[in-house]
Amino acid sequence: MSTLHTVNKSPFDGTSLSSALGLALPGDAVLLIEDGVVGARKGSSAAKAIEASLASCKVYVLGPDVAARGMKAEDLVSGVESVDYAGFVDLAANHARTQSWL
Amino acid sequence: MSDAKKFLYLNRKAPYGTIYALESLEVVLIGAAFEQQVSLAFVDDGVYQLMAGQNTKGSGFKNFSNTYKALGDYDVRNLYVEKESLDERGLSVDDLMPITHDTDDEEDLPSIMVVSRAEMAKVMSEQDVVLSF
Amino acid sequence: MKFGIVVNEGPYTHQASDTAYNFTKAALEKGHEIIRVFFYHDGVNNATRLTVPPQDDRNLQKLWSELAEAHKLDMVVCIAAAQRRGILDENEAKRQGKDADNIAPAFRISGLGQLIDAGIKADRLVTFGD
Repeated sequence: MSTLHTVNKSPFDGTSLSSALGLALPGDAVLLIEDGVVGARKGSSAAKAIEASLASCKVYVLGPDVAARGMKAEDLVSGVESVDYAGFVDLAANHARTQSWL
Repeated sequence: MSDAKKFLYLNRKAPYGTIYALESLEVVLIGAAFEQQVSLAFVDDGVYQLMAGQNTKGSGFKNFSNTYKALGDYDVRNLYVEKESLDERGLSVDDLMPITHDTDDEEDLPSIMVVSRAEMAKVMSEQDVVLSF
Repeated sequence: MKFGIVVNEGPYTHQASDTAYNFTKAALEKGHEIIRVFFYHDGVNNATRLTVPPQDDRNLQKLWSELAEAHKLDMVVCIAAAQRRGILDENEAKRQGKDADNIAPAFRISGLGQLIDAGIKADRLVTFGD
């Protein structure tokens, strides 16, 4: 069964996102939370890596963290889905393990 | 042991700059008493935790690097180190401490296994619990 | 489903405790069981009852405590990490010869074994940190 990877760091502040995307297997899910959500912004230098991962993985953002940073749904890389905390719980429940890229 | 869970400790930070390496090691040592299947993974700056020749005399820290060498005594025998992380940092396995363990049949078996990113992903996907530090 | 929660950062400097709280609350609302919330590293600082955040800000210690009370949560503070950072209950204060304790009643101090135990008993262990 697959893994939920959470990333809570900006891609401009370390390797959490690149490591998570690099070590995620096909069928895994990657959820960007906290400062991690800035990596999902359309046109950012991280967007290409996110787009590439969408071919084999699901990529999510935590909606309240996106909103808190002044971004809107239309600002996100297309294909990235937004979830609330209940959705975060569902993702954790529906994957065999959660791996936090702190 | 059939109901033992597979625990992976994922280490991604260099020692001393933050406390995570030291306190992760404390969990590993305590966890050994629970007879679970324990592995350690060293990715990104976590590979610096295993560097040979750590000298903390000038910085005031307790040098806890020797504790890694004792992990074999706690039946912690699998230390996975990601090759890409070593390469990116200009390091090779020769820069790391020699860490060994004994089994019933053999002595001084190497505990450090340098694995590719793809192999590390597979190791991670086989775990029941991943504790990240 | 049985969840274990690990909180590795203190309140306010980092969002980790907030995210962990919101996750825990949402999991309970969905009918999941939270078998333990384990506070490690600077996460032990969530347990002090002496914090006085500004009135217009959230009070994380109080939020955690109220959630624990409402759902009979087992909130465990790692003893080794707590001792390093000056988080003490009455017994520990006495044992260490300190003149005060500061742990809020909803939390209890115990060993790292409680973290491993949570990993063994929970269907999912989710870590929040920095």
